[in-house]
Amino acid sequence: MTRPLVRPPRKNPILRTRLPTLPPAARSRVALGLTAAAARGRFELQVCRDCGTVQYPPREACRACLSPRLDWRVQDGNGELVAETTLRHSHELFFRERMPWRLGLVKLDSGPLVVAHLHGDCAAAPTRVRVRAHLDRAGQAALVALPDKDTPHMADDRELRELTCDPKFRKVLVTDAKAPLGQALVEALVDAGVDLVWAGEAEPWKKPPGFERIKALPQVAVVPLDLTDSRAVKQLAGEIGGRVDILINNADHHRNFGIAARDGIETARAEMDVNYFGLLRLAQEFAPAMRARGADGQSSAVAWVNVLSVFALSNFPPHGTYSASKAAALSLAQCLRAELAPTGVRIVNVFPGPIDDEWNQTLPPPKIAPARLAADIVAALRGGAEDVFPGNVAQDWLERWRDNPKALERELAAMPQP
Amino acid sequence: MSDTVLSRLLAELAGGRIRIVDLTQTLSPDFPQIVLPPEMGQAWPFRIEEASRYDARGPGWYWNNFSCSEHTGTHFDAPIHWISGRHLPDNSTDTIAAEKFVAPACVLDCSHEAASDPDFLLSVDFLRKWERRHGRIAAGSWVLMRTDWSKRTDPVAYQNIDETGQHTPGPNTDAVRFLIEERGVLGFGSEAIGTDAGQAFHLKPPYPCHYYMHGSGRFGLQCLTNLDLLPPVGSVLIAAPLKIKEGSGSPLRVIALVPQSMPAPAVARVARKKSKTSRARTRRR
Repeated sequence: MTRPLVRPPRKNPILRTRLPTLPPAARSRVALGLTAAAARGRFELQVCRDCGTVQYPPREACRACLSPRLDWRVQDGNGELVAETTLRHSHELFFRERMPWRLGLVKLDSGPLVVAHLHGDCAAAPTRVRVRAHLDRAGQAALVALPDKDTPHMADDRELRELTCDPKFRKVLVTDAKAPLGQALVEALVDAGVDLVWAGEAEPWKKPPGFERIKALPQVAVVPLDLTDSRAVKQLAGEIGGRVDILINNADHHRNFGIAARDGIETARAEMDVNYFGLLRLAQEFAPAMRARGADGQSSAVAWVNVLSVFALSNFPPHGTYSASKAAALSLAQCLRAELAPTGVRIVNVFPGPIDDEWNQTLPPPKIAPARLAADIVAALRGGAEDVFPGNVAQDWLERWRDNPKALERELAAMPQP
Repeated sequence: MSDTVLSRLLAELAGGRIRIVDLTQTLSPDFPQIVLPPEMGQAWPFRIEEASRYDARGPGWYWNNFSCSEHTGTHFDAPIHWISGRHLPDNSTDTIAAEKFVAPACVLDCSHEAASDPDFLLSVDFLRKWERRHGRIAAGSWVLMRTDWSKRTDPVAYQNIDETGQHTPGPNTDAVRFLIEERGVLGFGSEAIGTDAGQAFHLKPPYPCHYYMHGSGRFGLQCLTNLDLLPPVGSVLIAAPLKIKEGSGSPLRVIALVPQSMPAPAVARVARKKSKTSRARTRRR
């Protein structure tokens, strides 16, 4: 039975903060297919289009019939643990620091035998397990075998926590706690057991409904933060940057215009200033401190969440300049991910469809409710993914984009202008 | 230098017999900007980005690039700012005659009224009472409304916004028209974020100070500070906006020349308490 996580003791200030080490990261190009699926929270394996064989590890050709026609298909991951071992020695620094480490061989019901990290609540072999693909600290897919049925506190398992970014007992910065999504995020994080939420507040003279209630929560500390103000970002990073374990950048400037519907560039510039330059300012000031704390005990710096938009994938012309700013932010987030890769801090990009808020008022449903999106973001932190597409619209757009980006471009261009 | 008006002015300045009072708020990212409904075009707040600071970006020098609206911080409003002044000649910051940038100032102390009523509206009645004490407002003068609003250093208190909008003092419609039509003033200055009151959208016409002042080629000064250091009459303002082509306004440094023999109102009040004779002396000045 997993022992529930307890609030970590205060840090001993005379001990050096350890530097992060990573599990082995090298993968072949074909093996990155596993990572690509795990990045979206899916467990996919290659399935032969000719003979139907499901295979693991990934290869260039089918191990049964040598056909190169292999498709990545979602797996349910159900199988039987047939053998296990406990690692007590390794030349890999990452595992040396985490001994002992439980590993198992799982015979999936779909055929292949896979090596997986073994959750502490899995009974001794033979036993039924569920295999999931999570990203590890190196950002590569790793398989983890979970017990057949959920167990109490199973998220607190030591090996599983190396694959997740659970906010429990962590300190989180929400860059805009005033917006409907920000308020919902603060509440969801408090419910998830965070130690502290720094609630970013820009333009304190604007008092939106509900914010007073958020400010009054005992876990919340309001901090001045306007992402358009470089000095303010630097100031706040100086004050709290070394303590932020999870940063959620939900600050967003959203107006619904294409090119022709609005004279001038002021609206577009404001969108870029918050959505793109805001992320850049945050990254320059907060990432260095988080980089140094990738292995800072149980509540290490662990994740950086960017709330982007599914419009980042393909321009939604009625919200054309907004889409462009989110595409720019997506590109920059990839740069940040590469720069933070050695630290184990995960960049989680969230691509919601239209949020049910003021600036999507005239879009028809379905629209994702702020509370639902906040819950999905917390769930993403507890899971093992880095690209999250919450809600039906985002999922639908993603599938259409993956299937044929040019077709999606044409479909979006043909949508009626509101 | 031979003995000229300017040499005597310089001597008075050097001798401390003319004080320079800075009426300008510091341009800072923290200083609030005017709030408009979010679907409208917005005035940029002051923002500053470092170009280099004796570092790899420029080893021997420190400098910044800044951005702001024409209407950020302590700023000047030109007639072209308002639709009523858009067709006037010489109505923008680059075409206004430079001699308009040096002018006398009348300071109306509305600080008590504004303290008890943030929506205080300056009236003709108030102006006439002020004139009975300090004399007729001279044509070509700045009229500055002292409210001590600048002492609200907390931006939330300075903005003073609730669900019904902003609550800051300003002039009513009749007072604005009186100052223009009866007194021929140069312009109107305020310590709050606009020359108009916070609720002036609901006056007739909306924003009467902007509407009539700019419609008749007069100017505005906003976000002034230190008005409590000026005498009711006798000071001279130097308020020159940046020469922005077709500029509707500009942040600027506003300074006042105050003859040292002119006591500031606070000093005058202390003097009044002392004796009748000192009060009489104060008045004569």
